Amino acid sequence: MDVQTLTFIFVGTTFALYIGIAIWARAGTTDDFYVAGGGVPPLANGMATAADWMSAASFISMAGIISFIGRDGAVYLMGWTGGYVLLALLLAPYLRKFGKYTVPDFVGDRYYSDIARGVAVVCVLFVSFTYVAGQMRGVGIVFSRFLEVEITTGVLIGMAIVFFYAVLGGMKGITYTQVAQYCVLIFAFLVPAIFISVMMTGNPVPQLGFGSTLVDGSNTYLLDRLDQLSEELGFAAYTAGNKSTIDVFFITAALMVGTAGLPHVIVRFFTVPRVRDARISAGYALMFIAILYTTAPALASFARVNLINTVNNAEYQATPAWFKNWENTNLIAWVDKNQDGKIQYSSGKAFSGKPQFLEVRGPEGERKISNSPTDNGNELYIDRDIMVLANPEIANLPNWVIALVAAGGLAAALSTAAGLLLVISTSISHDLLKKMFLKNITDKQELLFARMSAALAITIAGYFGIHPPGFVAQVVAFAFGLAASSFFPAILMGIFSKRMNREGAIAGMVTGLAFTAGYISYFKFINPSANSAENWWFGISPEGIGTLGMVFNFVIAILVSRVTAPPPDEIRDIVDDIRIPKGAGASYHHLES
Amino acid sequence: MSDSHSPEAKAYWKENIRLVLSLLSVWFIVSFGMAILFVDALDNIRFFGFKLGFWMAQQGSIFSFVILIFIYVYKMNKLDHKYGVDEDQDHFAPDDSYYHDQESEK
Repeated sequence: MDVQTLTFIFVGTTFALYIGIAIWARAGTTDDFYVAGGGVPPLANGMATAADWMSAASFISMAGIISFIGRDGAVYLMGWTGGYVLLALLLAPYLRKFGKYTVPDFVGDRYYSDIARGVAVVCVLFVSFTYVAGQMRGVGIVFSRFLEVEITTGVLIGMAIVFFYAVLGGMKGITYTQVAQYCVLIFAFLVPAIFISVMMTGNPVPQLGFGSTLVDGSNTYLLDRLDQLSEELGFAAYTAGNKSTIDVFFITAALMVGTAGLPHVIVRFFTVPRVRDARISAGYALMFIAILYTTAPALASFARVNLINTVNNAEYQATPAWFKNWENTNLIAWVDKNQDGKIQYSSGKAFSGKPQFLEVRGPEGERKISNSPTDNGNELYIDRDIMVLANPEIANLPNWVIALVAAGGLAAALSTAAGLLLVISTSISHDLLKKMFLKNITDKQELLFARMSAALAITIAGYFGIHPPGFVAQVVAFAFGLAASSFFPAILMGIFSKRMNREGAIAGMVTGLAFTAGYISYFKFINPSANSAENWWFGISPEGIGTLGMVFNFVIAILVSRVTAPPPDEIRDIVDDIRIPKGAGASYHHLES
Repeated sequence: MSDSHSPEAKAYWKENIRLVLSLLSVWFIVSFGMAILFVDALDNIRFFGFKLGFWMAQQGSIFSFVILIFIYVYKMNKLDHKYGVDEDQDHFAPDDSYYHDQESEK
């Protein structure tokens, strides 16, 4: 069977599975809708959290990015896993004991202030919308490449599926769908990695193959060969770092702390029955995430070797079909600078900017572009996003593996989109309406509002997917920076400091937010030409500035809280209470009833 | 609520903080220490087919994070039991007046 038929079968089967689960796990109350009735078993919650967390970026883009930047890719690997240690040790058990629905709930109640709640709601909405736009684009890429439908149609199908299970099932539907999606995405990620690991190193475990010798008879280690190939082509050695140590440090910290402060991750720990379940499900979640995150760097190095060996000095007309397929999807471009009909691949950009394809073909049959070529020797443009998707084709794997990867990419994008949409709808119906503007609505009405806001959020996300704003890639730094500089310190001090009060928390959050947002906006939007190391404060890039914002948040919050009135006694009692697990069953009542 | 103000509760919290701080120091050393600040020095050491610093940055730190959480879970469950604040004694019964009041307000 050809790839397209197989892809239709795989994607169709998985979609039918998701819909089936959604019908089985309908939500009947706001409790079901917001936190799945608080009755999710920890192992299932761990899997759902992992699927929620691993987005189109983790599945499709991350290994590709690592493939091109080598060791520095560790900022993403560590940044997007290390935060779970902070979550498990510092936040999850206490937030579970607190026993409410959302992050603004905690911030608003602990700091006895609707202003604090309002600041938190604004951050939640901003962070979640930023994130969800990228997911819808991921759905679009997979559909357009593998099913050869228009991106618009692809996004609409994706929206319809998410609409169905998010609006109907709420957190309950989403959680159990995500369990299925985790299985699909991890299988889809591991199968090609194992195939390629065996082919290149003879070792079926990619994490071990990564450090093994090649089977080509040379008896050299894979990474040594990769370093050597990279240097021959004028790139830096793969295992050496290019970013400054301080920047790597700050970016990693911002991503870690941002992870621990992201609302769609935190809310998962409200869905388990007990405090001890919150702890262990953070462990399971990270274990499930680590399976992909330790495979990704191995896959990145395999893909890099394969890519260099396949394309460098290859005759364009003799390149395999995948090369031309991706060229037709605008993600590969080749300019034959020396007119020898062969692809020369080396460091530097082949031309400036993204390729602007013309409707005509060149002498070798390649697509012509209107960009003016640079004067270095590199003739090839490759979009990093294709590495994972193209990898099975580059390695000549069977068609069913290629189709499986398409289904996996969709599972990753849809599961994350659904989790984010739920957080958005909860923020609107619960935090804004129920807690601030329409305090008297009944549970039934609140549930209706929750469903309506989920539908609205899906529509907006779909719009962004079809008309991707140019700034999607830039605003990801925003999402993590803002989560790191606003929520994390406020929640942490809310648990670990009884002295922290309303004034301190609000001042800290506003300072952290304003500083981080200001710094990122300046370098990304207001004056992008100044965005280079010599203009950055202490050499910290906008991606890492959230760490400094977090430090400012802590300092300002502590200073302000010391000169203002301490929190009332009942707040101190809440803090005392969330510090011990006993009694979490009280908020478990809805399962018994 | 009385038991959360007691000396036992204070001792429980103190032990908890000590455990968390010691685990977080390991967390800092394996990631920011070995994989970022001292990565180039560790790269001089060979670890199978890897340079050690590179391996810590792309593999070792992640394995360590997973192990750290499971150690935390094991130790905290023991600590909860030692101080009698674990949820096994809850039987999921609402025995906490604060939460009971809060929940019934909804």
